[in-house]
Amino acid sequence: MTTLPSSTTRKLGLVIDLDTCVGCHACVISCKGWNTENYGAPLSDQDPYGADPVGTFLNRVHSFEVKPEDSPPQLIHFPKSCLHCEDAPCVTVCPTGASYKRVEDGIVLVNETDCIGCGLCAWSCPYGARELDGAEKVMKKCTLCVDRIYNENLPEEDREPACVRTCPAGARHFGDFADPDSNVSKLTAERGGMDLMPEQGTKPVNKYLPPRQKDSWEGEVDVLAPFLAPVAEEPKGFLGWLDKTLEKL
Amino acid sequence: MHPAPSVIIFTSLSGLGFGLLTFLGLGYPDVSGWVAFVFFLIAFALAVGGLLASTFHLGHPERALKAFTQWRSSWLSREGICAVAALLVMGIYALGVVFFDQQWRLLGVLGAVLSVATVFTTSMIYAQLKSIPRWNMVVTPAMFLMFSLAGGALLGGQITAALVLLIFAAAVQLLYWQHGDGAFARAASTIGTATGLGSRGEVRAFEPPHTGTNYLLREFVHVVGRKHAQKLRVISFVLGFVLPILILFVHPGHLLALIAILSHVAGVFVSRWLFFAQAEHVVGLYYGKR
Repeated sequence: MTTLPSSTTRKLGLVIDLDTCVGCHACVISCKGWNTENYGAPLSDQDPYGADPVGTFLNRVHSFEVKPEDSPPQLIHFPKSCLHCEDAPCVTVCPTGASYKRVEDGIVLVNETDCIGCGLCAWSCPYGARELDGAEKVMKKCTLCVDRIYNENLPEEDREPACVRTCPAGARHFGDFADPDSNVSKLTAERGGMDLMPEQGTKPVNKYLPPRQKDSWEGEVDVLAPFLAPVAEEPKGFLGWLDKTLEKL
Repeated sequence: MHPAPSVIIFTSLSGLGFGLLTFLGLGYPDVSGWVAFVFFLIAFALAVGGLLASTFHLGHPERALKAFTQWRSSWLSREGICAVAALLVMGIYALGVVFFDQQWRLLGVLGAVLSVATVFTTSMIYAQLKSIPRWNMVVTPAMFLMFSLAGGALLGGQITAALVLLIFAAAVQLLYWQHGDGAFARAASTIGTATGLGSRGEVRAFEPPHTGTNYLLREFVHVVGRKHAQKLRVISFVLGFVLPILILFVHPGHLLALIAILSHVAGVFVSRWLFFAQAEHVVGLYYGKR
């Protein structure tokens, strides 16, 4: 049924730390790797080795430049995947019931055998989190690695989404937002975790931690600095000869 | 948005078809026998043809029956149900009119109501989407309904009704364009809110996530069509409304009426192409394309 549950027992989701993300795209690759080999239709590529390659990805990393008025510009790497919204418009628009939000943990999923590939859910998503697969013609989206997080065949440390498990910078965190004492709830509270496009009214579960303010050296010059004479001098001896000779050439 | 031919053909033709069915259901024109047969044939061909065209953009049309299940939440599902109900009711009504010279009034009125409801549900598929501010307006359903009714009156040869409805439809079209041009700005989604970084300074898309294109860019970030938008608006308005209204004013014969109809249909197609090509999806913000 594509009506949304009025509440979910748990609210599983991600915290993405924009301060820590180094833009290496490892989460993009591990996501594609895990999700093409496991749950659901594989994530296909069209013309992968040709001139115009395209493919399905559930997670993509953008890079933005922010220019504050009084400090140098900053480059911010910005991973984006499904935010598992509480008020997910992609679920209610689905005509077949293929798109649903789970009551037990709030994960938004697609039942691929019911999907007619009309694309309306992708239209309704402001974040571009859904992509119609070019080969299978069904809608693909982040499953929060539902086939990892409950998978007792995996060692316990691997029971988290592939993107979180692989992030070398520790910029991605997985947990239950319904629990105020969870790692993700604490991080969100401490660091001012924010919603993307709150004006769209989707109530995203995933939160983004803003980059910390950069420090500056101004006013922090060491008291001894003026006494440190510059060491650069005219070279003498062999180096001086070499310098002159090279200059003449 | 990518102006896919399947959805343009679907919304234009089925709108006209259900518009004509509305008038036929209400008993205008008051026809029977062979003449009625031809009218119903045209109406059903347009409505069913449009609906069939819409299945061409589905990834799995063989599962289309499942789309009738989610009427509680989905406008697309409601549209499917309304369309089938309207076609069934009007089919039975048409049998009475064509073969038995009977106008089952109640059935006709019910069919007309269902036909209007079908066009309304079609329009709500687009109007419900907050992610596309240009569609997310009250004027959107008003425009779809007025286009359908004006086209229906024109096809049904109801000259006075067509004249009045065409003038109203033209006004709604202008209102849609005027109101739609400011919709994206009014929705207040910017690259700043999309990234949450707007409060820190000016945000610029520096690097896209990939060197090539992707599904999102192809489907939602169609920018080619905007170049000639103003010219196309004029063309659409002249063909869709000005010319048909002028022809109707001089009380046409059959040939001129046919020209009025063809001109109107061409204008509707251009308008519908613009409806898709000009619609900006907020996801374009992440790609610096707004």
